[in-house]
Amino acid sequence: MTLDVAIFFISAIVAVFGATMMITVRNPVASVLYLLVSFAAQAVLFIQLGALFLGVVLIIVYVGAILVLFLFVVMLLNLRGGEDLGQPSRPMSRFSKYLIGALLLVELVFVIRGSAGGTDQTVTGMMGPVVETFGSVQDVGMLLFTTYLYPFELTGVLLLVAIVGAVVIAKRETEREAAQKKQLVEERGHSSEEKVS
Amino acid sequence: MLEMVIITLLKIIAVLAVVLTGCAYSTYLERKVVAAMQHRIGPSYAGPYGLLQPLADAVKLMFKEDIIPDNVERWTYAMAPAISFIPALLTFAVVPFGMDMTIFGREIKMVLSDMNVGVLFVFAITSMGIYGIVLAGWSSGSKYSLLGSIRSSAQMISYEISYGLSIVGVLFIANTLSLSELIAQQETILDWFIFSQPVGFLLYVTCAVAETNRAPFDLPEAESELVAGYHTEYSSMRFSMFFIGEYANMLAVSAVGTVFFLGGWQGPFTEQVPILSFVWFFVKVFMFMFVYIWLRATFPRFRYDQLMNFGWKILLPLAVVNTVVTGFFVVL
Repeated sequence: MTLDVAIFFISAIVAVFGATMMITVRNPVASVLYLLVSFAAQAVLFIQLGALFLGVVLIIVYVGAILVLFLFVVMLLNLRGGEDLGQPSRPMSRFSKYLIGALLLVELVFVIRGSAGGTDQTVTGMMGPVVETFGSVQDVGMLLFTTYLYPFELTGVLLLVAIVGAVVIAKRETEREAAQKKQLVEERGHSSEEKVS
Repeated sequence: MLEMVIITLLKIIAVLAVVLTGCAYSTYLERKVVAAMQHRIGPSYAGPYGLLQPLADAVKLMFKEDIIPDNVERWTYAMAPAISFIPALLTFAVVPFGMDMTIFGREIKMVLSDMNVGVLFVFAITSMGIYGIVLAGWSSGSKYSLLGSIRSSAQMISYEISYGLSIVGVLFIANTLSLSELIAQQETILDWFIFSQPVGFLLYVTCAVAETNRAPFDLPEAESELVAGYHTEYSSMRFSMFFIGEYANMLAVSAVGTVFFLGGWQGPFTEQVPILSFVWFFVKVFMFMFVYIWLRATFPRFRYDQLMNFGWKILLPLAVVNTVVTGFFVVL
């Protein structure tokens, strides 16, 4: 049991450390890497709870796909460390981060109080599988496709909407650019004609 | 307990030794085979038939000067070769490479870790291999490296999906995520999943070549336009770690493909002579590697837009259709 506790605290500390460094460090690539560290530590926590499937999926989806995309974007924009991205000008957007943070904190406290409401409130009591098959592939699949079918499908639709939205925004940009290009060509055409004449 | 630890350590050492030697001799194999296909002789000076060439290469690379350019991001630059090298080796932790045997009266499993979500573990590890390439390109502070690694990440994101979907058909039929269970289900040659999943097999091979950045999908290191791509600025042992990593990746993908589609270590006479299971496994992986090299000697490199079109418009729909059709038949 002591080894379990040690592993829990080490990975929990690493996860929190990674998350903190991620938002405080200036170099965007280092920031992504700290997020990666945090996710890896979270995967360890999942696996320790007996949810091997969830832990591995966390790595496949977040570490293997989403963070690679983040890195890709950071590299495409070629952001280097120390660039000041500026403060948001409106007071509302400056204030909103504290509001959202406070809300999340309140939620977290409620969830922890709710789940630890039983007799065993120690950290060790919360570790280990809740149910024998907790987090197995079959269990997660069953839950997703029966109890939580509608939320699951809705999430899918939400993601689809986001993708379509991204494509629409990208397309609109190119149209505007095309108009600009056309204008540019016309102006140049005029000027060259003037030169010729 | 102590006995378990010692046995596991011995197994790890054995696997690492075999895999690293395999990597070294894969380079020899590649040079010899490509040479033969191009009417050349290939390495022939070091040892008989040039068999000691990998050793000579290793010694040369180790004693070369390690040059670090001025404008690199030190930490990531130093870490990148290791990050690309380690995931390639980690895959072998779940690959069963032989039949369970009794040695000195002890039952020994010929796999390092027989976890019940081994398939997912393989994919989790494979998807992490890209970080080495991306970070190498970004931290080198050279435009060729950066372009190479941007290409590489775009390519891997595109092919990752088809790669994952290509084996879903097999998983539907086998109804398990454990690699040893998969092998157990392919006992005779007719049970091999290559016959029930021919499309899945072709998809797997194609995506595997793309995932390991090998010809004809080797755009990240297209020497005619990008010098050497993401490892342009690397030299000495750091460079060779990328090199070994690439070959270890090829070996890993071949070994996993063998388990998924070609029955792993299964083969004739393994019941009577258990040691034959190693031989069968080796032969199958060797065939995979040979096809890799053959492809390199045969096909010209894709153009970048062809690569993207091929990935998104041909492979992905094909993988989805294959999955849906297989699922349909399994439910029936």
